[in-house]
Order: sequence, then structure tokens, then C-alpha cells
Amino acid sequence: MCLAIPMRITERREFDGTTELNGMRRNVALMLTPEAKEGDYVLIHAGYAITIIDEEEAERTLALIEEYTGVATALSEDGAAAEEPTR
Amino acid sequence: MREHDRILLGHGSGGRLTGELVREVFLPALQNPYLAELSDSAILPELGAGRPALTTDAFVVDPLLFPGGDLGYLSVCGTVNDLAVAGAVPQSLTWALILEEGLETETLRTITAGAARAAREAGVPIVAGDTKVVPKGKGDGAFAVTAGLGIVPPGREVSDGALRPGDRLVVSGPLGDHGATVMACRHDMAGDALRSDAAPLAGLIAAVFEAGLRPRTMHDPTRGGVATTVFEMAARAGVQIELDEAELPIRPAVSAVCDLLGLDPLYLACEGRVILAVAPEEEAALHALLADHPQGAGAATIGRVIESESRGVPVRLRTRVGGLRPLDLLSGMDLPRIC
Amino acid sequence: MKPERRFHDPERTRALAKRLGQLVQQREQGFTVMEVCGTHTHSIAAAGLRRILPAGVRLVSGPGCPVCVTPIDYMDRAVALARRPETIVCTFGDLIRVPSSESSLERERAAGADVRIVYSARDSLAVARDNPHSDIVFLGVGFETTMPTIAAAVDEAEREGIENLRVLSGAKLIEPPLRALLEDGEVKVDAFLLPGHVSVILGSKFYRFLSDEYGVPSAIAGFAPVDVMLGLCELGDQLLGGTCEVANLYPRVVSSDGNPAALALLERYFSACDTRWRGLGEIPVSGLGFRPEFEHRDAAQLEVEVCAAIEAKGCCCGEVLKGMIEPPECALFDKGCTPETPVGACMVSAEGTCAAWYRHERLVLECGS
Repeated sequence: MCLAIPMRITERREFDGTTELNGMRRNVALMLTPEAKEGDYVLIHAGYAITIIDEEEAERTLALIEEYTGVATALSEDGAAAEEPTR
Repeated sequence: MREHDRILLGHGSGGRLTGELVREVFLPALQNPYLAELSDSAILPELGAGRPALTTDAFVVDPLLFPGGDLGYLSVCGTVNDLAVAGAVPQSLTWALILEEGLETETLRTITAGAARAAREAGVPIVAGDTKVVPKGKGDGAFAVTAGLGIVPPGREVSDGALRPGDRLVVSGPLGDHGATVMACRHDMAGDALRSDAAPLAGLIAAVFEAGLRPRTMHDPTRGGVATTVFEMAARAGVQIELDEAELPIRPAVSAVCDLLGLDPLYLACEGRVILAVAPEEEAALHALLADHPQGAGAATIGRVIESESRGVPVRLRTRVGGLRPLDLLSGMDLPRIC
Repeated sequence: MKPERRFHDPERTRALAKRLGQLVQQREQGFTVMEVCGTHTHSIAAAGLRRILPAGVRLVSGPGCPVCVTPIDYMDRAVALARRPETIVCTFGDLIRVPSSESSLERERAAGADVRIVYSARDSLAVARDNPHSDIVFLGVGFETTMPTIAAAVDEAEREGIENLRVLSGAKLIEPPLRALLEDGEVKVDAFLLPGHVSVILGSKFYRFLSDEYGVPSAIAGFAPVDVMLGLCELGDQLLGGTCEVANLYPRVVSSDGNPAALALLERYFSACDTRWRGLGEIPVSGLGFRPEFEHRDAAQLEVEVCAAIEAKGCCCGEVLKGMIEPPECALFDKGCTPETPVGACMVSAEGTCAAWYRHERLVLECGS
């Protein structure tokens, strides 16, 4: 019941806005995220943004994973991974 | 000559209005000597050596006009490709339309121009046609029905039965562009990055054979997408196929449409791609040819025929994270979902 | 958005699976984790995650698919509304093939009813604007992720004076079935993997009752393979360490308090009500109904003749939904009950436990070779 994807707000109006992902644009309702502004990434479910995505928290979660696994993975631009153990 | 801006029932009655439509819209766009005869049947030159191949197709698309094509272009490409993937050299096509009363004539002109363009690109004439008109509300704009005649050169064998463990499945370009484009149009998504991949592939396939390659079998992954096409191939041949998720070429814009609507790109139609199954020793040469060909951009090896397992399924997908799951036929339609 | 791609990274997923393996080895009986979200069921199956889970970790699906738990009398009323003159039924694609006692929306559409698939509740508002002489009924199914979007659509209709839009509420709340499962003596679950997007709305604090009242550890996780594995590792850590918390492993979108605008909209239009869950029976205060002052938005107020509900016999959905049996253990699984001909709730939706199992987990020879 939770299908949702991140898209970036390119234009904000009072109740809705234009969002973009990989060159695809769609009008999305923004009533549930009154504080979201242009440039923010929001999580879209069934045509409505339900929250702003916190980039810093994403980085923290990735750091937690690194801690958990003892493995640092460096990703290059196209997604290929080079694995190097930190201990 | 009065130009009607919408199609009327009379345009399908066979009388004066039909004649006007043929002379004003169809003939100028679809110029060729066979069609100009306006006879009941096109009499063609002798076919020459080889076995005749005949195919038929019906085309329904919503919307009728979309980025990268239209009903006309789509229907001619589809028919040409059905012949080409069977190993046949296309010779001629028929093109019949069922139009809905009220269809804008301008739309019909666009569709006809699309058909003409595809026929020119493929080098295959539309030698016969027909038009009927159904009352408003009974037709969804326009439907196209085609037939295609081709010739399979002597000595050429292309069949699913030739598949062997180890054979590679190569697709000529990114998956799902057409299906995603049409779905995006229907659900108010816009994007310059999205265009139908509809294209006639007879030239590409001819180049494959001219290079001395002998594909075991070929299919165009139209309705039902790659997953359906590969499943049917495997089921017919009695083999098992493994596709590699990490290797599937999918454009980011297509992923975006799929992620938003909850669609699976493996089940979206491609209208200008071919899947070729080749022996492993031909894989490199095929990729070299595709890399050089305008219709081969973004080609990839997406899977292979594996040794059959006793409890195996026709098609399985090795997922990006190393998991494995069967790829089944669609139950019903691939629909937008929330869950 | 690059960070999101890193949550799909195979290297991290496998590294986490390895760590999970190290954890589960230290617990002789292994552990059983239940997820309660159709999207978790789907994303786990789609990534083939079960195949890389270490032995000893048992991942079961609970009652988290809103389509599967939609009771048959809801579908019967939806079909009756579809047959009502001057009525347009708008629905998410998920519901179109769900069988009612005698029919389905797909069949009704084929028979001439105006049934339209929409991607968003807001699309039904557009249909209402374009068809002022028809009654538009939106089938409002979903958990707490979706219900705020429906409340927002109703709110917009109220603001703009669009009178011809109503919603047939099939809302389900996540807390009551969690409690019912934990109070059911036969259900053996060590920990919960909590639904990431429901949690966006509710906030992580909401689930404290799981630790405080039931002593069951839980982890809120996203849906990408890395997110799921991280959630499982966290649960493994808690079970081994004897801690019992609600861990939020999805803080990039889940806060402790949730989404106040969404919660306020739910509060304005809906109040909790008793509702029936397919496969689980009636659970008190587990759904949402319109408040009396918004009766004019409630499609259940429209008078239609609804046929008597006919439940399927031999169906084991209740046990499947509680995670007590796996789909192949139901006698009807793949023998009469298939995605094309679903008998029970768990097969009706593509993300239902049985349907997901049928399509993704089953390895049966199908071709005749």
C-alpha cells in the first residue's frame, strides 16, 4: 500500500506543483507537504507528495550501513561498485 | 473540392465521399503504382525463389498520436517487423482502417502520413487498402488492420526449435520506450526524454544475415513486452531461459514512468526492437554490427538459454542483488497501482 | 537522485545479508520476522531477496495488502454502485479484477458500466468536474499512506464546491491488526518489519506500543533491497541483544511525529470505526468512516441494492494473513486458486501473499518438455 517514488519540485503553486524525475514531469498535489519548496525532493504516493526527503538522513543511513558491514563501497557515476574492506 | 474537417459515415459507404477520401488523403500520401490502379486486388510481380510468408495484425492505440509516432507509423512498422523477425524479406503490405465518425480529418492525414513514412523507410509499398466508418461511439477514433507478404530466402531457417543451452539473447535497444510513452500520455506525464521506439527493422535484420550471422530465432517484444515474448519463446521451444536484471537496458525516463505508476518495464511493449537468439560464438560479431547500426544503439545481451532443470520454469530472472525469480505471463493488464 | 540508487546497490545488500547470517547463527531457533505491507511483500519478491536470506531467518507476510483485506461486501457495494445509473466509479488499478460475490469491476465495465482506473484520488475530482450530471464514486481503499491523499481530494472538493464526488471508504488502520496478531495465541512472530510509507504519515513514536505493551522489537524500513536487509539486521541485533525498541531505519522520510498536515486532514474528515477484514473477520475500531457532518461525501449513503455476500469455501486466507502457514500449504493454492481465478483475498491482488508467492517464489515446470 506504499508505492511511492522521489521526485524534485521544479515549480510550486499553492496546492500543487510540477515535479520531475529523470526528465519525466508530472503535476503533483502538494497539500500534504505545505512546507515543501522548489528544489526539494518529495516522496510521491498516488499523485500526492507525502513528505520531503532528507538528503542528510540518507547519508547518515548509508554511514550506518558502512558501520554495520565493515565494508566501504565507493560507487562510480554509472553505479558500478568497488569493494574495499575497512578492517 | 469540399474538404470535410471530420470523417462522416458517408466516407465509408463506397460512394462519392469515399472516392474523395481516397483521392485527397490516401493516394497522395501512399503513392505507388499498385495503389493508383484502385482495383479490387493488387496484382504483384512474381515473388521469386524462396517460401512466401504472410502475416496479419490489428492495431489499437490510445492516444492515436504520440511522441515518436502514430497509429499509421506503428501499424506499418509492426507488420514489417513481424515478417522480418520470421526471416522473411518484406515485399508488400495491405492497410485497412476502421474509422469512427467524427474523427478529425487532420488526424487521419497524420496517421496516413505516418504509414507512408514507415513504408518508405522500410522500402515496402502499401499495395491495397480499405476504409470503413462506424457511428460515433463505436470506434475509439481509428483501428488499423494490416497484412504483410514477404519471402524467406532459400536456405534460411529461423525457429524457436533451434534454441540450445548456451545461446545468447540479445536485444537491439532499450526496453519499454513505446509502452512507457503511451502510458505517460494517458496519465498526464510529459517529458522530452520519452519517445516511442517504433521503427521498421527489416534493414537491420537484413544486415544481420548479410554479415553471415545465423540467428536461431528472432522476435519483436511488442504486446506484453520482453517478459511475455521470452516466455512464449521458451515455452514453444521447450527450453529454459535466464534473464539478467543488471543487463536489461532501460532508459531512466522509462524507469521513472514505471516507478510512478507501478508498472514493470519487462511487460511494456517495444515497437522497434528485436530480440535475437544467437549461438555464443556469434555474440561478439552481432554486437559489433549493432553498435555500428543506427537502430542498434543501446543493444545488450539480456540473457541466455540455460541447461534445463527438472523443476525449472520457462523464464527466470536473476535479480540485481543475486536473487532469482520466475517471470510469468501477465494476468490481465499491467495497470497503475498504489500497492 | 543518487542516494536512492545506493539503496539498491547489490554490494551493500549482500554485505548486509552476510552480517545477518552472522547474527542468526548465534540464535539456535533463528527468528521469524513479519512484514505488514503489500509493498514490502512485492519488493522482497521482486528482488528475489528470500534467496539470499541466510537460513534461520523466516520472513512472513502479514495482513498488509489493502486490496487483500478489503472484504467481499465492499466489492459487492462497489459493483452495485457501478450498476447504478448516472454513476461513474473511479478506482485504483489494484481493485479492478478483485472478485465480488458474483462479479468484478472489470466484468461490470465489460457489461457497460462506467468504471475508470485512476492513478490518484485527485483524478476522480477531475472526472467529477468534467461530468457534473453524474455521481462520481471513488473507491477509497488503503492504509494510512493513502487515506490522507483521499482526505485531501475530499478537502479540495469541499473547497471548490464540487458536490458530485463521494468516496466509498475501505480504509484500514495498521494498529488494530498488529494488536490482534500479537494477542492471537497461535501467531509466533519475533519481530516486525514496519511499513516505511505508512510510517511517514504516522511517525515512529506511534509504534511504541509494540515494545511497551507487547515486548516485541520492530524496525521501520524502506523498500529497496538495502533498506529491507538493514531492517532485518537491526531486528537481529535487537533479538540477540535482548533490546526492544522501535528502530527507525528510514529516517530520510520517517520522522518521530509523522506528517501533521496529513494527520489533520484525516482527523477532519474521518473517525475510526469497526470494520471487517477479509480473512481476519471483524476488528473493532480498525477502519475509517466519514464524520457525520461529511455524510454528503460518503458513497455508502447512496441507496443501492447489494447482493448477499458469498464467502469462498476452503480458503485459508486467515491463516496466511496471520503468517501461520505459507501459501503452498493451502489446499486450494494453485489448484483452483490462481491469479487468473482467485478464490480468496491473498490471491486477488498481485501483491497478496499467495499471488506474490505464485508469481515469484514458485518453481514448477510449466512448459511441456
